[in-house]
Amino acid sequence: MNRIEKLFAQKKEGILNIFLTAGYPGLDDMPKLVKTLELAGVDMVEIGMPYSDPLADGETIQASSKIALENGMTLDILFEQIQELRPQVKLPIILMGYFNQVLQYGEHRFIETCKRVGVDGLILPDLPLIELERRYHRLFADAELPISLLVCPSTTEARIRQIEALSTGFIYLVADAATTGNAASINEQQLLYFKRIQAMKLTHPSLIGFGISDKNAFDQASQFAQGAIIGSAFIRAISGLAGEQLHQAAENFVQRII
Amino acid sequence: MIQLDEYGYYGKFGGAFVPEMLFSNVEELRKIYVDWIAEPDFQKEFQRLLRDYVGRPTPLFFAERLSEKYQTQIYLKREDLNHTGAHKINNTIGQILIAERLGKTRIIAETGAGQHGVATATVCALKGIRCIVYMGEVDILRQAPNVARMKMLGAEVRPAKSGSRTLKDATNEAIRDWIQNPDDTHYIIGSVVGPHPFPDMVARFQSVISLEMKKQLLEKTGKDYPDHLIACVGGGSNAAGAFYHYLNRKEVGLIAVEAAGEGIDSGKSAATSVLGTDGIIHGSRTLLMQTADGQIIEPHSISAGLDYPGIGPMHAHLIASGRAKAVAITDQEALQAGFELARLEGIIPALESAHAIAALDKLSFEKSEVVVINLSGRGDKDLETYMKFAPK
Repeated sequence: MNRIEKLFAQKKEGILNIFLTAGYPGLDDMPKLVKTLELAGVDMVEIGMPYSDPLADGETIQASSKIALENGMTLDILFEQIQELRPQVKLPIILMGYFNQVLQYGEHRFIETCKRVGVDGLILPDLPLIELERRYHRLFADAELPISLLVCPSTTEARIRQIEALSTGFIYLVADAATTGNAASINEQQLLYFKRIQAMKLTHPSLIGFGISDKNAFDQASQFAQGAIIGSAFIRAISGLAGEQLHQAAENFVQRII
Repeated sequence: MIQLDEYGYYGKFGGAFVPEMLFSNVEELRKIYVDWIAEPDFQKEFQRLLRDYVGRPTPLFFAERLSEKYQTQIYLKREDLNHTGAHKINNTIGQILIAERLGKTRIIAETGAGQHGVATATVCALKGIRCIVYMGEVDILRQAPNVARMKMLGAEVRPAKSGSRTLKDATNEAIRDWIQNPDDTHYIIGSVVGPHPFPDMVARFQSVISLEMKKQLLEKTGKDYPDHLIACVGGGSNAAGAFYHYLNRKEVGLIAVEAAGEGIDSGKSAATSVLGTDGIIHGSRTLLMQTADGQIIEPHSISAGLDYPGIGPMHAHLIASGRAKAVAITDQEALQAGFELARLEGIIPALESAHAIAALDKLSFEKSEVVVINLSGRGDKDLETYMKFAPK
């Protein structure tokens, strides 16, 4: 049983997954931040591999990626950081990034490195279902590296079943058809969508992400999935901070949610 | 054979690398575009607008003095004479008709130099549909006249403030907008780039260029094809249109002219076929300028329309397979060619098209051979740049 499966087996609700950008606010801040988050009670982290052209991300994460790249963050540095961090924390570490980053690193080399340093799963929002099915699903499955796929309000039921069949991690329920970080709270339309998905009784656990920014939204989301992912709101909370202040802010943020 | 496969690939280039949030929109287009474009009613309206509104067919002009200088038979396909001043409107007319049929009430577009933005604002005014154009903050400053034209046509121009604040970033912002407004909005992409079916759909709308060319060449030269066909390539929409009906005619040499900027090795270039490697940009697998880590590199060209770090997947395939030859032209060479065409033929070309003219100097032709250059746009928008470099 991998760390993701273990977590979902042990904890059926209220799972908090925090997204943070690697190399932000400072180049070396991520590993210590993850330790702080785990101590504060976070169940899982999603680490963003900063990208120059992050199409599926909103302004906040985009800006953090730009700073991370200016700080000198690269995939090699990130993998080194994760390797060192891995034995120091127990929570699952998910990598989120854009497929071009994987292609340029080399698909096989990327997967091997993820396995070697202890990455527990991947989210690649611009790797579409058809490409995954045609070329990459076998690769991820053989390496036993779980990949979590996105479902959004416009995803048809038939397609959700296909996504279920190909997803090897949790299902990432996109709360809103907006890029990350924009929505204020969960609205009527979203509730209907969550209920529709809930009624489908997915075989995989799911987490709700995109636009989840506070305790209220987190608690609401947790009623319809095993938990939620918070990204932009966390990035905003630690923006521009360093040292003790940074870790205090991260801890405070988590305490406000759980 | 140059052919698109069922997954939207030309050889190994193409596809639709979009997040799930865009899947339904892209899929909706993919399902209808071939059939709708072929429908008689659609064609009738498309042809009517191209004729009565855009002013097509555009002339094929025998450039006598230019031919004399290069000792060959040079013809110019006058896309610069289209309404709004460039080939871009062929595509926006086609896509606005698609958007109308899809029942969309809001149009978004990206623009670099502003030519596609103006062409989109124009068709939106014609149809009374709301129009939002994303344009890099840097381009807004350097292309003020086109910003004013878009505003006069009723479009809202939104500055793209991320990244290098140029065409690449405007495209990112337009895609983000579409993710947030999937129901009422159609994205009129301006070149043969983006996720499938956009590259093929845009190429089909632009293919009117080579369709006319065949007929015009037959009348003027007795054969329906040129020996050499030259077009500039940023994303590659004018080249796609000019090449379209000759893609599988091996007797036609296809020449794609890229912007070398200040020189291929200067670090300030947009010569994607030389500097680019296989990767993904704006939803399509193609050649693009990137670091070893896959971060996209900011390009440079004096011409905002060629200032793009990628190239359409069809062109990536044409170049990689050897079907088309790529030629790189520097800023300086393009400026000189602009002045040369102005003084030899009385035609001021857009800086983009001036790159295609400059390629004449890099190639050799037989005296009897027929060379067609696709003159994609007029140079009014570039006068300020030209004047800075005017020969004394």
